[in-house]
Amino acid sequence: MRVVDKTTRVGRREFLRTTAGAAAVAAVAPTVSGQALAEPLKTVTSPAAATLVQMARDLYPHDALPTKFYQSAVSIIDTEVSGSADTINLLADGAVELDAAAKKLKGMPYAAIADEVERVAVLKSIESTPFFARMRSGMVTALYNQHDLWIKFGYEGPSFEKGGYLHRGFDDIDWLP
Amino acid sequence: MAKFDLNDDSVVVVIGSGAGGGTLSNELAQKGIKVVCLEAGGRFDTSDFINDEWASYAHLAWTDKRTTSGSWRVAQDFPELPAWIVKAVGGTTTHWAGASLRFQDHEWKARSTYGDIKGAALLDWPIDGAEMAPWYAKAESKMGTTGTNDIPRLPGNNNYKILHAGATKLGYKKVHTGNMSINSQPRDDRASCQQLGFCFQGCKMGAKWSTLYSEIPKGEATGNLEVRAHAYVVQIEHDAGGKVTGVVYADGDGKMQRQKARLVALAGNSIESPRLLLNSHSALFPHGLANGAGQVGRHYMRHTTGSVYAVFDKPVHMYRGTTMAGIVQDEARNDPSRGYVGGYELETISLGIPFMAAFLEPGSWGRDFTATLDAYDNMAGLWIVGEDMPQASNRVSLNTDFKDKHGMSIANVHYDDHANDEAMRSHAFKQGAAIYEAVGASKVLLTPPYPSTHNLGTNRMSEKPEDGVVNRWGQTHEVKNLFISDGSVFTTGGAENPTLTIVALAIRQADHLAGLMSRNEI
Repeated sequence: MRVVDKTTRVGRREFLRTTAGAAAVAAVAPTVSGQALAEPLKTVTSPAAATLVQMARDLYPHDALPTKFYQSAVSIIDTEVSGSADTINLLADGAVELDAAAKKLKGMPYAAIADEVERVAVLKSIESTPFFARMRSGMVTALYNQHDLWIKFGYEGPSFEKGGYLHRGFDDIDWLP
Repeated sequence: MAKFDLNDDSVVVVIGSGAGGGTLSNELAQKGIKVVCLEAGGRFDTSDFINDEWASYAHLAWTDKRTTSGSWRVAQDFPELPAWIVKAVGGTTTHWAGASLRFQDHEWKARSTYGDIKGAALLDWPIDGAEMAPWYAKAESKMGTTGTNDIPRLPGNNNYKILHAGATKLGYKKVHTGNMSINSQPRDDRASCQQLGFCFQGCKMGAKWSTLYSEIPKGEATGNLEVRAHAYVVQIEHDAGGKVTGVVYADGDGKMQRQKARLVALAGNSIESPRLLLNSHSALFPHGLANGAGQVGRHYMRHTTGSVYAVFDKPVHMYRGTTMAGIVQDEARNDPSRGYVGGYELETISLGIPFMAAFLEPGSWGRDFTATLDAYDNMAGLWIVGEDMPQASNRVSLNTDFKDKHGMSIANVHYDDHANDEAMRSHAFKQGAAIYEAVGASKVLLTPPYPSTHNLGTNRMSEKPEDGVVNRWGQTHEVKNLFISDGSVFTTGGAENPTLTIVALAIRQADHLAGLMSRNEI
């Protein structure tokens, strides 16, 4: 069978950000922090942005996905809500709401909770809020419609330019009994 | 290419250019009848189609606001998206998967066959399988349906091979790659299928039959057909005698135009067609055009559907190749010993990552959900298409709280599953899961219905005027020169994907209309 290489090739920046290497550069590049975004958000300031990126990953956790995809997803949702007076404060207020829920349940801000299961418990406590609903539904497209993410799920995307799959494995299954 | 005057009252106006309207327009044009076909959407070429699910959706889908009500799951998951249908020249024949199945003989006579099912408003069609057989043959020839007219069936992809292996292990016999209006070899100036895997997004090969490039250009070549894109009909008008005189539509600039007509054939799909009839109310027709019996919009059907996705330990790549790559037909029979009347087909289906995330388990989040998506490349899938029960309360009606940009009330789509539908879906889920478990699935997911792609029954065909909206020819019982030419005329839905039947009915209707017109009976 023609299989797809789903491996994540970690880029230098991502490597520095997510490994011990980060500590070494932190001294000379103090702006590099765990969940910071390359571009500032339109409706949310810096610490809250990191909270939202963590929430984004907790909603749809894929361990093989680098943080940049979650950052991009939050940026996309941020851009969407920035377009309407009704929603422009949704994320900023929501991040405050999320931290309040985290403090109430776990005694610390959301992003400071180390255990995913405990963060998920906090998310469940705000599941009925419009903020949660917007983040959850927004993530479905903001995350999974990022084209360079598809290959990490083994999905090859557009095929017409490559002549379709007629000669590229549409019927190549070889393990059926 | 023909161009007809707005005041030319000798033309036939066809509203909609999909399976019904596009076919009817061409058939009439071939017979020398002048046709103005009005299409709400834009006109594209196969090269405009996009191999990208959301981008293509934004490009082609009918996204004007609608509302929903009722206990069906779609109202909860997609409250403003009851249906996934297309707004473009070619209508939903750009998006359809290509499955072209004839009704089984008993399905024309559902009331007689199934009996009096409590809560269901079953009715026999006023036509039957014998009468329809020659029209089906013409439709299959026109569309180049595989497995008919000596056209070889398509090769099966990996998704099909899994379905086939599991189904035959269970003892199913009628398992094959379907009767598909997708070229397995070049035919009728259309290329053969290259297994792109984007049937739903418009076939960039043009291998799949669509009125966009199969019917409409042929009709235009006769000089008798003018297709106007971006022509959104808001009202059908009539004279004091109750005869239709023409239609009012908003053109691409939003300017209202009035096209006169000798007769009007409405083919806007089972949501827009009843909506337009209801919005065309007048002093003479206070409850809407052709709605004297109060039947317009009622008996909305959408097939009993659902999907089964299975995860295996090894790769499948189900997205490679035709979306509906094969079928199991053994359960399509009527066998009440299963606990329900009617039957269902099982057909492979595949979604890309963007749509899978949205439709696999709508509303889900967290690690259980993402663990399944992590195994996307190891997934296979099938879709259930079963006959649902017509119910008078399942209906398209006007939601007067919301107006479209032309000031017309939007459609609300109400649907409750019938107990028969639920029993059928449970059975189909069980059988679908068994197919995949027979070949070693490690996990099986039962996916609720997507927004409706098979919208049927809201202007149903009936022998008696009090039971429906149109007669055996699709002519409205109430207005002599008003015809319906889409899936809304379905008296009952059958277990089959509806396009072939819509096309066969349109060819038959064109023949009848030509006769009426030549004899000056209309």
